[in-house]
Amino acid sequence: MIPLSHYLILSATLFAIGAAGVFLRKNLITILLSVEIMLNAVNLTFVAFGRFAGDLDGQIITFFVMTVAAAEAAVGLALVIALFRHRESLNPDAFTSLKW
Amino acid sequence: MLALIPLLPFAGFVANATLGRRLPKSVSGGLASLVMLASFVISVISVVQIAGRPVEARVIQEVLYTWIASGDLKIDVTFRVDTLSAVMILVVTGIGSLIHIYSTAYMHDESDSEFARYFSYLNLFASFMLVLVLGANFPLMFVGWEGVGLCSYLLIGFWFKKKSANDAGKKAFIVNRIGDYAFILGMLALFAKFGTLDFQEIASAVATLPSEMTFGVLSITTLLLFIGATGKSAQIPLYTWLPDAMEGPTPVSALIHAATMVTAGVYMIGRNAVLFEHAPQTMMIVAVIGAATALMAGTIGLVQNDIKRVLAYSTVSQLGYMFLAMGVGAFGAGIFHLYTHAFFKALLFLGSGAVIHALHGEQDIRNMGGLKNELPITFWTFVIGAVAIAGIPPLAGFFSKDEILFETFAEGHQILWVVGAITALLTATYMFRLVFLTFWGERRHDAPAVADAHGHVGPVLSDRPDAHGHHGGHLHDAPPAMALALIVLAIGSVAAGWIGIPGNNVLAEWLHPAFEAPRAAAAVAGEPAAAAEPAAAAGEAAGESHEALEFTLMAVSTAIAVAGIWFAYFVWVKRRSIAENAAREFAPVHRLLLNKYYVDEIYDAAIVQPIRVASQDGLWRGFDVKIIDGAVNGAGTIVNSSATLLRRLQTGSVKTYAGSVFVGAVAILAYYLWL
Repeated sequence: MIPLSHYLILSATLFAIGAAGVFLRKNLITILLSVEIMLNAVNLTFVAFGRFAGDLDGQIITFFVMTVAAAEAAVGLALVIALFRHRESLNPDAFTSLKW
Repeated sequence: MLALIPLLPFAGFVANATLGRRLPKSVSGGLASLVMLASFVISVISVVQIAGRPVEARVIQEVLYTWIASGDLKIDVTFRVDTLSAVMILVVTGIGSLIHIYSTAYMHDESDSEFARYFSYLNLFASFMLVLVLGANFPLMFVGWEGVGLCSYLLIGFWFKKKSANDAGKKAFIVNRIGDYAFILGMLALFAKFGTLDFQEIASAVATLPSEMTFGVLSITTLLLFIGATGKSAQIPLYTWLPDAMEGPTPVSALIHAATMVTAGVYMIGRNAVLFEHAPQTMMIVAVIGAATALMAGTIGLVQNDIKRVLAYSTVSQLGYMFLAMGVGAFGAGIFHLYTHAFFKALLFLGSGAVIHALHGEQDIRNMGGLKNELPITFWTFVIGAVAIAGIPPLAGFFSKDEILFETFAEGHQILWVVGAITALLTATYMFRLVFLTFWGERRHDAPAVADAHGHVGPVLSDRPDAHGHHGGHLHDAPPAMALALIVLAIGSVAAGWIGIPGNNVLAEWLHPAFEAPRAAAAVAGEPAAAAEPAAAAGEAAGESHEALEFTLMAVSTAIAVAGIWFAYFVWVKRRSIAENAAREFAPVHRLLLNKYYVDEIYDAAIVQPIRVASQDGLWRGFDVKIIDGAVNGAGTIVNSSATLLRRLQTGSVKTYAGSVFVGAVAILAYYLWL
């Protein structure tokens, strides 16, 4: 049987990749994808804990997270399209008009 | 009933201050005069009431309500008429009424609203003055004391469009503040020492103490009170405001700056006679300051050219006499002189007002002369006033001044007596110089038209803002209302002294109880009262030689007065050249006197300018601008610059925000996991 620590290490790695993507990529769509990776890394943790604890709580939370992630993707992509129409760019550095 | 005495003029003030603008002059002036007369009638009734009682019960007291009650301090609004305040209320309401009546004619050229304003001030003044003399404790007296100061300021600056009048008003107010500060300190010291501020209670408490031979608490307290008196009563070193106060309308000078307010200091010492008697050190200072002021002001009065300024210095000089009397312990004589002085000095001021009125604002005696035949009523009443102040028997001034000089001599202050006698000579001389230059000879126009080298001494201090120098034509003597006041005061100046004739001194006997501790306290003291008996017996024996001394001194002072008048006649009527030659011969002395010993200039250089410089360069440009403003501006600058730094954090870039959230989350995690 695969020990819990392996799941956690995998999940931490995925999370780090996602976080690095959010900070380093210059394309909003890629950033959204990276956020999805981070969410799924967390989902993996929940499921793993749930399995090792022997109950269903981890899986229930995962379903919630997936629902939120779907909604977030819908709203996020809509915003990205709106922004693109506005600025003709998907680079987040182009959107700094909330600066002082 | 007693409360009505000050309240009636106050009602007049309220009426004239609120409705006066809409009332015709006859109503506003008439109302003001009427409330004064009513107040006078009530005063007479009260005085008659106490006169009908036995000597030791001659006090009426009326407690209106408790004003302040806080811990040990309990102050009632109490009015008290005793023999001393009886004299004062009669003087204030009696002479006050006459001056109100006189003013209705004198101020008639003013517009209705100005006229009403004038009378509302005058009524307010009378009201406060009556509170001052009727108040039975220090704080109540102080209310009146400050109130008359306020009215003095308002009335000196009555013609407020004139800068000199404004300046004079401010000067009077500020100089008085110095004295009042000391007065308050004196009150606090009294409360600290005796735990009460009621005059009678203080007198009773002091009576049980021995006289203070060293310079202790009582001396300091009385000295502080006396400094207050020097401010209000224009004594050295705070007298400089009074001559400038002549900027006010002439009846104001007569009422406030001659007859009543300026005597408040003398009254205050009389009121606290027992207290002052227990501080011989202070008494000596009072006497010396009084004598010095009398002499100094007399010499200045000798060369002044403004008719009202001569009278102002004469007032300072006579007030000096009163303080001399107080200082040598002759309280009765001091109050006697206060009372006679009120008559003849008010008369002289009102007479000078009549002259100024007739000459359309001319005040320089170098431009007068020959008015004897044109203004007969003014002339005769003025001469009566001058004779009275010079001290020719049997007019009022003779008896009071003579009593002061006699008491001074009898108390063993020969040097002070000499000073007083010289002042008497000066008084007679400068008064008759004024009379001769104003009324004798031909009309002159000698005065330089504009300010000469003497600065503000030379130019005419025009009494009326609309004054035009148009001379010539027929002059009008005093109109009926003015003539009435002049004649009544002239009669008073002749007869007022007859209640204090040596040998039958009714006034001294009348006043005597007011200068002693209340009977009950004397009984407690026991010892001193018993000791007084043999002293009185000894006094009986000495009486014989005293009487001889008194008559000798009387003859001397009469001779002095006659000599002064003759000298004035000789110099300013017979040989005008003498005066001019003397002025040229002793030019430095003349200039010194004409410039009033440069006291104003010395005060300016020694006190006013340093305060000004310290305030402007130190407090304003230094402390206020640099430190206060600097702190406020500095706080602003710090906020501004730190904000400039902090706003760099707000880049607007989503990635930096996300980064900072991430770093924060990691930091919190790290904290909980490893720390």
